[in-house]
Amino acid sequence: MHKFLDTERPESVVTQKPAGLTLTATLLSFVAKFMAGASIRWLDCQPDTCQRVYFANHTSHLDALVLWSSLPRNIRALTRPVAARDYWDKSVFRRHIAASLNALLIDRQKIKVHRSPVEMMIRAIGDTHSLIVFPEGGRNVDDEMGEFKSGLYYLGKKRPDLELVPVYVDNLNRVLPRGEFLPVPLLSCITIGPPIWLESGEKKNDFLVRARDAVLRLKDV
Amino acid sequence: MFALETFISLELQRAWLNRPTCILLGVVLGLLMIANLAVLILKRQPEGNINAAMLRRFDLRLRAWWMMCVILIAGFLLRYVGTVVLFWAVSFWALREFVTMTPTRRGDHRALFWVFFVFTPLQYVLVGLGHELYGLYSIVIPVYGSLFIPARIAMSGDHKRFLERSAKISVGLLICVYALSYAPALLDLELLTWKPAPATGSLSTEEGMDLPAAPIEVDGIQDGPTRNGDQKQRPWNGSNAGLLFFLVLIVQLSDVFQYIWGRLLGHRVIAPEINASRTWEGFIGGVATTTIVGTLLWWATPFRLWEAACMSLIIAIMAFAGGMTLSAVKRDRGVADTGTLVQGHAGVLDRIDSICFAAPVFFHLTRYFFSAI
Repeated sequence: MHKFLDTERPESVVTQKPAGLTLTATLLSFVAKFMAGASIRWLDCQPDTCQRVYFANHTSHLDALVLWSSLPRNIRALTRPVAARDYWDKSVFRRHIAASLNALLIDRQKIKVHRSPVEMMIRAIGDTHSLIVFPEGGRNVDDEMGEFKSGLYYLGKKRPDLELVPVYVDNLNRVLPRGEFLPVPLLSCITIGPPIWLESGEKKNDFLVRARDAVLRLKDV
Repeated sequence: MFALETFISLELQRAWLNRPTCILLGVVLGLLMIANLAVLILKRQPEGNINAAMLRRFDLRLRAWWMMCVILIAGFLLRYVGTVVLFWAVSFWALREFVTMTPTRRGDHRALFWVFFVFTPLQYVLVGLGHELYGLYSIVIPVYGSLFIPARIAMSGDHKRFLERSAKISVGLLICVYALSYAPALLDLELLTWKPAPATGSLSTEEGMDLPAAPIEVDGIQDGPTRNGDQKQRPWNGSNAGLLFFLVLIVQLSDVFQYIWGRLLGHRVIAPEINASRTWEGFIGGVATTTIVGTLLWWATPFRLWEAACMSLIIAIMAFAGGMTLSAVKRDRGVADTGTLVQGHAGVLDRIDSICFAAPVFFHLTRYFFSAI
């Protein structure tokens, strides 16, 4: 088992101390966990510091924060939520939060060919970090989950070694719905499922449908 | 060790945790320890000899009882305000489970915010300020809360299932917060008793357990009719904390006895659509047994034997009512248990539903008949 670990990823990653968790981050994760009453379930998937892309349904501003806070501390330190620059760059307060979570801010408006979001993500994670992404692109308005955007497919194509881990976030839309700024402390549940990979020769649309189903399946387990 | 002894003797003098309460507490903790040991031994048994699912459920129950004991003891050490704050926390948690369980719409968000962050704290602050505010804390949620919630939902502009949504939130607030807040409120009553005054210097009478060094002085009651004979009530110099413990204990015992009798004899189910495991046999057997045990605990309360019997009977019936009501709430939601959202947590609501129903009735009976209002 140890041999496997050693060959799979560098020792430095496995034993790396949780770095970069600022006071704000610790405080935020505590408040988020309390307000959202989040419980976390790992189904056929174990917490691991290997490089992963957690992809989840998006229903509330709290999604990224609560999912990030629910991860074990050592994994949290290595995991970067991907967020929209136009929202998180707006005020000093939001910028500070984004920086504390080590968030990767992506421009939704000015996407250029040589600076595509996928390229930026791949560059940002290097060979140590994991990502949290919301492939729907925005929060869904009704309870129905939106179609996935293609970013996840390209991530899987360019970095086939990344584990693509589906996550279902339940009830956070009731804790902090769209357009509200005061949360109501209900209980929520985060379900993390078994990783998927891009099959060789799999079409883009097929893969995106499969990924979306992987998230939806966790809803009823 | 010496500091501990001094501390305990100080506690005793203040008549907060007096001797009968400590005895009751000690017996309960002892029983819990024995039960825990039994579970540990049973867990070692080879598979198949025992019902593993039942053992697990019992283990969870035990853990909840330990938690209750810890909360009550911590509360008793922190005095009235401490107990109120701890019950506030329990209410808060129960309410979030309740609302999580019952679906609401986006239009209810602001009303829910008021419920969690205005009405719940307000109720406990009023209770914490003492029995002088009884007139306010006994109506603030049933009257003003019930009027406010539908009005706030109406202002959100969403009319779909309006009455149902208002009712859900009001009932949640009523059961989880209002009803439960009567439990800590018991601690602030100035209790009276019909029991005869203890013969000074004698430890043989039941009241001899109270320390004669610390009588509670109640203005206007001490003098006058009390000395005339046994016809009038006199101030009870026992411990209110003991009375709260009595309530929680009887409610829990009632749950246990109803379960046991139901398992042993039960076959006439009361309402199969609501709860398939509640039977008439369990109900009657449970209530009867609880009444007997409660009567035998009269010495820890201001009640005489027959009064303790009546109180235990009423508590047991209310505990049953609470369990049935929460089962109905869950059935309305279409789930037998509280579901995955609540599962990962303590399941506080499942444990306190019976206390919620018993507390207000017990409080009011005690207040009308056994307190200097």
